[in-house]
Amino acid sequence: MRDVPYARLAAAMLVLTVVVSVIMLIPDWNGEQASTAADDIDTLLDVSIVASSFVFSIVMVLLGYSVWKWRARPGDESDGEPIHGNTRLEIAWTVIPTVIVVALAAYSWIVLDDIEAKEGDEQIQIEVTGQQFTWSFEYPELGIASEELHVPADQQIEVHLRALDVIHSFWVPEWRIKRDAVPGAPGADIDADFVVTPDKPGNFSLICTELCGLGHSTMRTPVVVHESEQEFRQWVSEQDPIPEEEQPAGGGPEPPSGGQPQEVESS
Amino acid sequence: MTAAIRTPGWWRSLYGLLVGGAFGFGLVVALRAISGLEIFQTEATGYPHVVVPAITAPLGWLWGLGCFDYWLRWAAGAPTVPDDHADHGARTWRDYFKVNTDHKVIGVQYVVTTFVFFLIGGMMAMLIRAELAQPGTQIVDPQTFNGLFSTHAALMIFVFVIPVFAGLANYVLPLMIGAPDMAFPRLNALSFWMLPIAGVLFLCSYAAPGGAFDAGWTGYAPLSTGAPLGQSFFNLGVQFAGASSIATALNFLVTIVTMRAPGMTFWRMPLLVWANLSTSLLVVAATPFIAGAQFMVLFDRVLHTNFFQEAFGGDVVSYQHIFWFYSHPAVYIMMLPGFGIVSEVISTHARKPIFGYRLMALALIGIVVLSYTVWAHHMFVAGMFAWLRVPMMITTMLIAVPTGIKIFSWLGTLFKAKIHLRSTAMLFALAFIVTFTIGGISGVMLGMIPIDIHVSDTYFVVAHIHFVLFGGSVFTIFAGVYHWFPKMTGRMYDERLGRVHFWGTLVGTWGTFVPMHWIGMEGMPRRVADYAAEFGGWNLEISIAGFILGAAQLIFIYNMVTSWRYGPKAGPNPWRAKTIEWQVSSPPPIFNFDEIPRVVGGPYEFGVPGARHAIMADEKAEVAQPEKAGVGAPT
Repeated sequence: MRDVPYARLAAAMLVLTVVVSVIMLIPDWNGEQASTAADDIDTLLDVSIVASSFVFSIVMVLLGYSVWKWRARPGDESDGEPIHGNTRLEIAWTVIPTVIVVALAAYSWIVLDDIEAKEGDEQIQIEVTGQQFTWSFEYPELGIASEELHVPADQQIEVHLRALDVIHSFWVPEWRIKRDAVPGAPGADIDADFVVTPDKPGNFSLICTELCGLGHSTMRTPVVVHESEQEFRQWVSEQDPIPEEEQPAGGGPEPPSGGQPQEVESS
Repeated sequence: MTAAIRTPGWWRSLYGLLVGGAFGFGLVVALRAISGLEIFQTEATGYPHVVVPAITAPLGWLWGLGCFDYWLRWAAGAPTVPDDHADHGARTWRDYFKVNTDHKVIGVQYVVTTFVFFLIGGMMAMLIRAELAQPGTQIVDPQTFNGLFSTHAALMIFVFVIPVFAGLANYVLPLMIGAPDMAFPRLNALSFWMLPIAGVLFLCSYAAPGGAFDAGWTGYAPLSTGAPLGQSFFNLGVQFAGASSIATALNFLVTIVTMRAPGMTFWRMPLLVWANLSTSLLVVAATPFIAGAQFMVLFDRVLHTNFFQEAFGGDVVSYQHIFWFYSHPAVYIMMLPGFGIVSEVISTHARKPIFGYRLMALALIGIVVLSYTVWAHHMFVAGMFAWLRVPMMITTMLIAVPTGIKIFSWLGTLFKAKIHLRSTAMLFALAFIVTFTIGGISGVMLGMIPIDIHVSDTYFVVAHIHFVLFGGSVFTIFAGVYHWFPKMTGRMYDERLGRVHFWGTLVGTWGTFVPMHWIGMEGMPRRVADYAAEFGGWNLEISIAGFILGAAQLIFIYNMVTSWRYGPKAGPNPWRAKTIEWQVSSPPPIFNFDEIPRVVGGPYEFGVPGARHAIMADEKAEVAQPEKAGVGAPT
C-alpha cells in the first residue's frame, strides 16, 4: 500500500481555499452599492464564495494529485487497486454538504427577510409601469407622474409594479432588487410590490431584465437619488400631475393587451 | 413512378409531405369557407392555413418514409409482414436515410443528425458573438438577434443535447445489457424520424412573416402568445421533439427492465444503464408538461383561448409554472446520461471500479425525485406567490448533495488508480469534473434567493447555463463519442486531432463563459442585442474566445469524418473495458450476439483477479459452472 499523505493533502486544500477565497473576495463583483439591501446581498455572496472556494479546492487538489501520482507509466497495463468504496467517507460526503447547503439556505432566508422588511409605514409609494419599451412612474400620494424615477436618499420606497403588454422586469443593479412587472397586476395573485431603501445619492439606470420584444435592450430609464429631502421635494413640485383620464389600475375591463392577435410592433 | 410511390422511401415521403400539407391546408380553407370566416387569416399570430399543414405535412412525410406501415396494416386487418430485421445493419450511406429498426443504425442516425443541428446552432452562436463583440449594432438588427438566440437555444436543447444522449444510449445500451435490440424497434425508428422534423420546423420559422420565433427558448406568455407566425413553429417543433423523446424513454424503460441478460441484476448494471433508466423516468413524466404549455400558447394564438390572456381571466404566471415543471427536469435529462458516460469512461481509463457504485446509482434516483421539487427557482423574481420561494430554495440547495456525491465518487475512482490519458475521451471526462463543479457552484449561488434577485436574467445566468450545458453536457457527449467511436465505426479516430479539439474546446469554453459571470453581476442583462459601453471590453474577449471554441469544433468534425472513412481498423476492445459491448466485434455483429451472454459479476471489477462481468457465448464451453454472485466481488 503506497502511503498517501492525507495530512498534506488536507493542508493543501486548506491553503488553496484561503488563497482562492482571498483572490475571489477582492473584486466588488456586484458593483457599486447604493441601497441598504446591497451590503446584505454582497456579504451573502462573499460567504458563498468562501464555501465555493472550499469545494473547488477539494476537487482541484484531489484531481491534481491523483492524475499526477497515479498516472499509469508507459507500458503499464495493469489495473488499479480494487477499492469499491468507503462507507464512512460516503456518509461524510453526504452529510457535510447537506449541512453546508442547509446553512447557506438558512442564512439566505435571514437575508431575504431583512431586505424585504418594511421599516415603519412611511414608505414613499411609487407605481412603476413597464410597457414596450419604456418605464413610467406615478406617485399616488404626491399626485405626480414622471418619465424618470426620482427618490430621496435614505428613505424606504414601496414599488408597485404594473405592465401594460408583456412581462418586463424592474432592476437597478446598484440597488440589487429585481422584480418582474407582470400584466394583470395587482390582481391575479401576482406579487407586484416590494420595498427598497436607496442610500446613495447619484444617477443610476433602471434596466428591463425580462425579454419583452424588439426594444428590450434599449429599455432603460434614468434614476435619480436626491441627496436631500428638499431637493426631492423641489423635483416633485416641478412634475406634472397624474393625468385625470387614467383608469384606476387593475379596476374594470381593460382593453386587450399585448397577448392578443393584433398589430405587433415586432413585425 | 408509381412504384416509387408504393414503396416506403424518400419519393413517397415527398409525396406524403405534399399530400399531407395539401390535406391540412384544404381542411382549414374548406372549414373556414363553410363557416363564413375570412379564408386566409393573416393576423400576426393566426395563419391557421399554415399552422395546420405544419402538423399534417410532417405526418404525411413520416408515413411516406414508412414509419407507420406495419401498424397501419395491422390496424386495417391486412396481413402484416413480419419484420425479419433483414434490413438491419448499414452497408452503404444510403441505409442511414431509411426507416431502419436496428438500434445500432438508429444510434448513428441520431448522433449524426443531432451534430448537424449542433453545427447550425453553433453558427448562430458565432453570429451572436460577432454582433456582441462591440457595443452598437453591426451585423444583425435587434429582431434578427432575438431570433438568433431563441433558435440557438431551441436547437441546442431539443435537437442536440437531449437526443444525442438518446442516440448514444440507443447504440450502446442494448449491447451493454446483452440484449439483441431495444424492446420496440419500430417505435425506435419512428422516434428518430420525428427528430429532424422538430429541427426543420424551428429553422422554417426564419421564413415566416415576422421572422424566426424570438421570445427566447422559454417563450414566456404573453410575449409568445402575441408574437408573429414563427412562434407557432416553435410550439409545433417542441411537440415533435417531445414525442420523439417520450417514445424513446418508454423504449429504454421497458428494455432496461425486461431485457437484461440473465444474471444482470440491477446492482450489476453499468452506471450508463442506471443513468438512462433515471433519465427515462424524468422524460416520461415531465415532457408532457412542456407539450401542454406549448399547446396552450398555440391555442391562445390560433384558437383564441385565453389561458394566458389576463384581460380575459387568464393567468400569465401559470405559463411559467407549467413550463418550468418540465424544463427543470429537462436540465437533468440533459445531464444524467452524461453522468453515466463519465462513469464508464473514468472506470475504464483509470482501470478501477467506480467508487461507491451503489450510492452513485441511488444519487441518480435522488436527483430524479428532487428535480420535480425545484422548478420555481426559475421564478424567484417572477411575482409568484411569495411563500413558495423559500421551500423551493431549500429543495434547490439539497439537490446539490447527490450531485456532489457523484463528483466525489469520481474523484474517489481516481484514487490509487492507473490513469491513462491516452484517449481524448478521458481528457474530456476529467475536464468535465472541474468545469461542471464550477457550473454547480454558480447554480448553488443562484439557488440563494437574495443573490438570485440580483443576478436573475443577467449574464450570470448565461454563464451558469453554459458551464453546465457546454462544460457539463457537451463535454460528456464528446467523451462518449470518442470512447465509443471505435465500437461504432470499427475504426480508431486520430488522437492528435482529438487533443487539439480538446484543448481548443477547454480554452474556448473557459475563455467564453467565465467573464460572463462578472459582467452579469455588474449589470449586463441577458437576451440583449446591445449593451452599455462599459461592458465592451469583456464582450470583445468573450467573442474572441467564442470563435476559438467554434473553430475547435470544426477540427472535431474533420476528425470524425476522415477517421470513419480512413482511420485504422479498431479491434473489439481497444480500451480493455469490462462491459459487454466491448466483448463483441467493432462494429458489432448485425444481430449483436449469436447467443445472449450470461452476467456473473459487477461491471467494473478491475484489479480483482479472476473477476468476470459477463461470459460470452463462445467462452461458455471454457467456463463449465456459472459463477455465483459474490465470488471476488461485491454485487
